[in-house]
Amino acid sequence: MSMFTTITNAAADYFPMLLHKSSPRFVTASGKPVYGIVAEFDETPKVFKAAQHVRDAGYTRWDVHSPFPIHDMEEAMGIKGTKLPLMAGAAAIAGVATAAALQWGTSFVLYPTVVQGKPFEAWQPFVPIMFELGVLFTAFMCIFGMLALNGLPRWHHPLFSHDRFMRVGNDRFFIVIEATDPDFDPAKVKKLLEDAGGKHITLLEDAD
Amino acid sequence: MSDMQPDEKITMQGSGDVTVQPLPRSMPKVPGTSDDGTLIEDPSLRAPLVLGERSFNDVTNIVCGYAEAPIPKIWLTLFTITSSIAAVGTGMILYLIITGVGVWGLNNQVDWAWDITNFVFWIGIGHAGTLISAILCLLKQNWRTAVNRSAEAMTIFAVVCAGIFPGIHVGRVWFAWFLAPVPNSNAIWPNFRSPLLWDVFAVSTYATVSLLFWYMGMIPDLATLRDRAAARLHRGVSREFKVPMPIGSGLPLAFMPRPDAIRMFIYGVASLGWRFSSRHWHRYEKAYLMLAGISTPLVLSVHSIVSFDFATSVIPGWHTTIFPPYFVAGAVFGGFAMVLLLLIPLRVVLPNFSDLLTLRHLENMAKILLLTGTMVGFAYSMEFFIAWYGANQYEFAVFANNRVNPAEAPYWWAYWTMITCNVLFPQLFWKRSFRQNPLVIWIVALAVTIGMWFERFVIIVTSIHRAFLPGEWQMFFPTWVDILTFVGSCGIFMTLFLLFLKFLPVFALAEVKVVMPQSHTDDHH
Repeated sequence: MSMFTTITNAAADYFPMLLHKSSPRFVTASGKPVYGIVAEFDETPKVFKAAQHVRDAGYTRWDVHSPFPIHDMEEAMGIKGTKLPLMAGAAAIAGVATAAALQWGTSFVLYPTVVQGKPFEAWQPFVPIMFELGVLFTAFMCIFGMLALNGLPRWHHPLFSHDRFMRVGNDRFFIVIEATDPDFDPAKVKKLLEDAGGKHITLLEDAD
Repeated sequence: MSDMQPDEKITMQGSGDVTVQPLPRSMPKVPGTSDDGTLIEDPSLRAPLVLGERSFNDVTNIVCGYAEAPIPKIWLTLFTITSSIAAVGTGMILYLIITGVGVWGLNNQVDWAWDITNFVFWIGIGHAGTLISAILCLLKQNWRTAVNRSAEAMTIFAVVCAGIFPGIHVGRVWFAWFLAPVPNSNAIWPNFRSPLLWDVFAVSTYATVSLLFWYMGMIPDLATLRDRAAARLHRGVSREFKVPMPIGSGLPLAFMPRPDAIRMFIYGVASLGWRFSSRHWHRYEKAYLMLAGISTPLVLSVHSIVSFDFATSVIPGWHTTIFPPYFVAGAVFGGFAMVLLLLIPLRVVLPNFSDLLTLRHLENMAKILLLTGTMVGFAYSMEFFIAWYGANQYEFAVFANNRVNPAEAPYWWAYWTMITCNVLFPQLFWKRSFRQNPLVIWIVALAVTIGMWFERFVIIVTSIHRAFLPGEWQMFFPTWVDILTFVGSCGIFMTLFLLFLKFLPVFALAEVKVVMPQSHTDDHH
């Protein structure tokens, strides 16, 4: 995936109206574009094995939905590492630098003051705030960076129009293969999910 | 192009009536004892973290049931009481702002008393939540999933209470903005070399990070509540809106939307469109781990910096290097005591609560009380030893004449209350049957909470009520405003906690499910 597609995909979550939509490859009888095909599973081991099957079949635009993070699922799905730690590290450096600039800048440059006889060049009293702001910026990046990479918040998603999907937060597991996957072929996907043990296999429309 | 019909619409099924709690399990598991089956002493066996052989659906029903049930009368009664107390406290703050700090019992000698005692007390209580969610997460202590959500909530509410006092104790409250890193009208900036300003940064960072951590943990559970409300509306089993009444049944208001419609909107906005995607979970877990990693030094730094407020001064009794670790141990101690104080009654009041918060969880927390209580006891004795060994007569006098000796120290009763509650009471937990008995744990937790308030009172007031010149010596007596402000802060805390109990997921649902055997990816349950 090129850098450009990465950016446009991320932007599409936030500014869908700005992007020209290419005509969908698959539509339903009513002319609505197909979002993907979803299958339901009722136990953790089953969905875990099914995820391995889908990964081995070579799909790239697909997802597993589960009420809790399943251990080792990123391996079973073939998810590569996330950039989040790097982003958090950058935020930490920015936080420490901000604190350093704030403290030196104000008590050294803008209005040099001697308080309690402490020398200007003493860096020790500035350490606590440097630490605190470093932590603060990192925490912001961890949470808001995580949400941004996930394309959240968003108002709606085609999956939410699937009635059975209301139980995903309770005790059901879902695998969805999206129609934008280059290998997407409705009959093959349905067969694959059936073979993997999926129940209630359903074709989802993209409501937009 | 390919034409495909969507499958016929499938109705929701199998989740039963979603507001009904599952049947309680038979208690106790071992007849004739209070053992619920979690007090296994054999290290080769792993005690279950969720009792009653619950399914994922049961756990969801238990936890979401608390937030979805009609408002219980007991909740309404308690809420009326606590919010009235909170209103009294707010009135006291208003009275203080209108009249001035003279309404408190402060004097020239004792210029920090209940205000800063209450601040340190509350901020200390606010340490257990982040400790449980951060340090116990890094240590892979799975039992923390039973308490982390409520402990984090408690942390936030305690920090809210703590934040009130530094703001109002400055006297001219409209100058509280001097705390912020902005220049005043003479272009002078706050003094960044002062521990008081470090404290502002530490506490506000801690409040922000704890709030974000708590909220991030709740996003998936709020999404669960959202989906359940949507499912009930979809199936037409949603209740009418009724105003709860103290006597009789609720008052129906036909023009109001159904509670589930309100829930679906509020939980829907708050859950940010979470759809339980594994690609999202992957980044979410990474973010959670990093937050735990940075919150661990943060939680240790906050109370260290609070202790710098005292330790960097030259007042005997404050000027000691032991303060940072001693304050941190005390904060963890007091925080866990408050967690136990609040959660043990809930095991009795809320249905099926004891399935998720088992006796073993209580025992583990009792062990932490024993450990930190003993650390605090060690710090008390070390402080005393150094005061004697350091041969500084003023410092020794603070301990011997201001605190310990009933014949010399007017505040001896405060010191000995502190020693009894903080050092002696937790020693009961050396005996297994005591630390496995919820009533005993609750009484000890109550004692520790009282003792930790007295610890801060002893540190602050007994150190400064007698300065170097006997002519300056003065006693501190609280006024009714002092007392009602503190009581009011307890009311604010309890009100917020009751709101949390009623409207938010009390257990971290997704995390509890992870520690259940059904979450394993192999077939051997």
